[in-house]
Amino acid sequence: MAYQRITLTVNDLTETVDVPHNMTLLQMLRQKLSLTGTKNGCSAGECGACTVLMNGEPVNSCMVLAAECEGATIVTVEGLAKNGKLSKVQEAVAKAGGVQCGFCTPGMMISATALLERNPNPTDEEIRQAIVGNLCRCTGYFRIVNGIKEAAKM
Amino acid sequence: MANAKSKEKPSSPIGASLQRNDVYEKVTGSAIYVDDLQFGNKLLYAHVLRSPHPHALIKSIDTSKAEKLPGVKVVVTGKDFPERMGLYLKDKTIFALDRVRFIGEPVAAVAAVSEEIAMKACDLIEVEYEVLEAVFDAEYGASEKAPLIHPQLGEYYCPNYLFPKPGTNISNHFKIRRGNCEAAWKECAYIVERTFHIPHIQHVPIETHGAIAMMDEKGKMTIWASSQSPFAQRNIIAQALHITQTDLRVIAPLVGGGFGSKAGVTMEAIPAALATKCKGWPVKLMLTREEEFFTNFVRQGLTTHVKVGCDKDGNILALKNVMYWDAGASTEYGANVVRAAGYSSSGPYDIPNIETDSICVYTNHPIGGAYRGFGMSELHTGIDQAIDELAEKAGFDKVTFLKKNAISEGDIIVTGMKMHAMGIQECIDNVAKSIEFSKKEEPTSPDRVRGKGIAIMWKAPATSPNPGSSAWVELAEDGKVTVGLGGQELGQGTFTVMAQMAAAALGVKYEDVRIAGPVDTQYSPYEWQTVASRLTWSMGNAVRAAAADARRQILDVVAEAWKENPEDLDIVNGVVVSYKSEKETPLANLVIYGLPRENNGGWIGGPIVGRGSFMPQYITNLDLETGQGPRAVVHYTVGCEGLDIEIDKNTGKIHVIKAAASFDVGKAINPELVKGQIEGGFVQGLSSALFEEIRLRNGVMTNPSFVDYRIATAPDVNFPLDVPFVEVPQDDGPWGARGVGEHPMVPTIAALGNAIYNATGIRLDGPPYSAEKVYLAMYDAGLTK
Repeated sequence: MAYQRITLTVNDLTETVDVPHNMTLLQMLRQKLSLTGTKNGCSAGECGACTVLMNGEPVNSCMVLAAECEGATIVTVEGLAKNGKLSKVQEAVAKAGGVQCGFCTPGMMISATALLERNPNPTDEEIRQAIVGNLCRCTGYFRIVNGIKEAAKM
Repeated sequence: MANAKSKEKPSSPIGASLQRNDVYEKVTGSAIYVDDLQFGNKLLYAHVLRSPHPHALIKSIDTSKAEKLPGVKVVVTGKDFPERMGLYLKDKTIFALDRVRFIGEPVAAVAAVSEEIAMKACDLIEVEYEVLEAVFDAEYGASEKAPLIHPQLGEYYCPNYLFPKPGTNISNHFKIRRGNCEAAWKECAYIVERTFHIPHIQHVPIETHGAIAMMDEKGKMTIWASSQSPFAQRNIIAQALHITQTDLRVIAPLVGGGFGSKAGVTMEAIPAALATKCKGWPVKLMLTREEEFFTNFVRQGLTTHVKVGCDKDGNILALKNVMYWDAGASTEYGANVVRAAGYSSSGPYDIPNIETDSICVYTNHPIGGAYRGFGMSELHTGIDQAIDELAEKAGFDKVTFLKKNAISEGDIIVTGMKMHAMGIQECIDNVAKSIEFSKKEEPTSPDRVRGKGIAIMWKAPATSPNPGSSAWVELAEDGKVTVGLGGQELGQGTFTVMAQMAAAALGVKYEDVRIAGPVDTQYSPYEWQTVASRLTWSMGNAVRAAAADARRQILDVVAEAWKENPEDLDIVNGVVVSYKSEKETPLANLVIYGLPRENNGGWIGGPIVGRGSFMPQYITNLDLETGQGPRAVVHYTVGCEGLDIEIDKNTGKIHVIKAAASFDVGKAINPELVKGQIEGGFVQGLSSALFEEIRLRNGVMTNPSFVDYRIATAPDVNFPLDVPFVEVPQDDGPWGARGVGEHPMVPTIAALGNAIYNATGIRLDGPPYSAEKVYLAMYDAGLTK
């Protein structure tokens, strides 16, 4: 197995990791860096559970090779709260009741964070479109959308 | 009451929308699911060789090449584990023995040092099959012409409330014979007869199934699994592996969605089987999304023939259901789904004459198991649409017709049991009002047609007759409370609700109660399974009893120390107070160390441990031929849903304008969590109604991915959903509560089908009501070009 050494920033920390060429960013985060908050729901870029920010953009980390991440800046769900204080999106979605089983939640938090970065005052429809790739089977999405809307007001 | 602390008016945690006690972990990514557990470098990875044939005999299996592959630790096949297992009817084995019965059935498995090697090893296993004629249709499967899928059905263990027919593919035939339908049809002024087909669907938890198993040198096994049923798994897997229940420990971290799929035993037995052959090595199996779609449980398909009639005054006189369930290759769980649909087959209607045949048929399709409200969505899809048409035929407004025929307290229901108090009339009123059902509204565009639909439902917990719950309550030196329980947090919020109940029963603040997790069969008290919407009611009763027991112990200690009567004492916000002497003392320390007697007279009390258990003891079996008996179920939760929709005439796409769902929850312990369950369940039901179908062609699932098997996404849910709930207390529920987790997805297909009919006059024969299907039906009807 061919390995490659990459250096990247993950949640504000500089990490140097030896990764096999076929390792995905998702596998690297979970297996090499023990950042298990990012979830694997399909390994095919279809469910959004593994969404992370890569250079500020939400990506399905199961569809990105770790070797492509040389020099990249990655933010995972573990990087959203600072010093134990929840981010606005985390706080608002929690308060709105937008969390049930919690398995889609990490990816949902990241997609919503990315949305509010680029569009601080989204409409309901813009919120729904921003999380179209994040499947949730529990909540029916109502409270997630409401939470993101509330986060925008905070 | 003496000082300020106890004078604070305690706000009851019951009925309060307190924040979930697992939410911080879940939004920060620190919540632990099974795939997040770390096992170090010794971890072995499992891969499963699965049947490529829907029905075939296994002539030979050669694993020698696989065993020689470097990195392979163990290879197992069916002959290593011949014990039959199952939750109800023991008709399956961990791996196929001499015969495969569906595409995807485990035939062999490998544990190796990497996933890649395990997969490669599976490719090296040589299996010789003799392909047999397969059964892909339940009605054909039930006929004498069909080849037998389980020739040994007569030898299988079966509980005495299931009725298999050896020598056929029928593994359960549940009957209702109540009154005289033949005579009643003659009294009917109006009769509707319809056939509906409800396709197989899948639960689609976002977390697929996963389990890790390890057996130690002395033969004790531990399984870590994403599980709704750690105790049932302990029992079933222990029997299958010939170890004792005490030697099998199941640890169940948080579950990333279950909906019934993680109940009973499915893939968890595979790493367990492998682990018996490599003691000391943990073996891990995570299902891929593709495997999740068809190799574990699915919701079985149904073809149902419904006939219903009423007199000229609109009183429903008779109902006949003939239901053929395409239950798949094993019906170990599904046989009870069929039974549940049978004993609830009247729906929430008062009907004097009922004839039901609910027939569980083996087919060479994926295995049907429990799916959120099992049997009920399928049943109600038939009866609620037929009754919708009957109302119209008889010239009645549909709301009036439903209210006139709905079940009432004191009615003798379909199985002969007397109906308890419940608020179905209020549920119907709530929904009718919310979507302005009686108001005919114009479509918002000339390209659309508009319609409204409504449907009612009921569902009882469908379980074995004696499913038990238990709980313990302990306190630490700080006076805070830990609740031990064995029910599982699947997202429904049960850990939160149990903390609320313990706080209320003990007299402490909600914030001061912790749940002892993860559920671990070695330490946690017994719970049958987290299924059937039974935890709030059943485990709630156990937790309440355990907290009350701890409270009694505490008050006895304090009463003795203070030389007072326990009846004069109370616990308020974690402080013991005397209403007589106005003395008070915090729980801290006294719950561990007790209290000193006066004058150096020693000590009273000691560590407090409250215990509680609950099990319904009044369930009886039903008569084999008539389905009648004193009490088939514990209780029914009832409800109603309605939709106001528009259909695009050019595309057939359905747009929901507004929807409403109202259920009688007895008592909402946490109203916002209740609403969250209703919203999520409604959308899961709507998703199944609009999009979902496991497309089976010759036993092959042709759409096992999220691209081809679509579930509802956020933009699909761009409508207001009103969820006003009703609270008519349940007599034996904690604070009057009864379950509501499954119910919201039960009437949704029927309500949407009725709305489509209202908009177009077209009655489709089954979901999914895809744009294509709706468009083509409108085209055929001349409604669009």
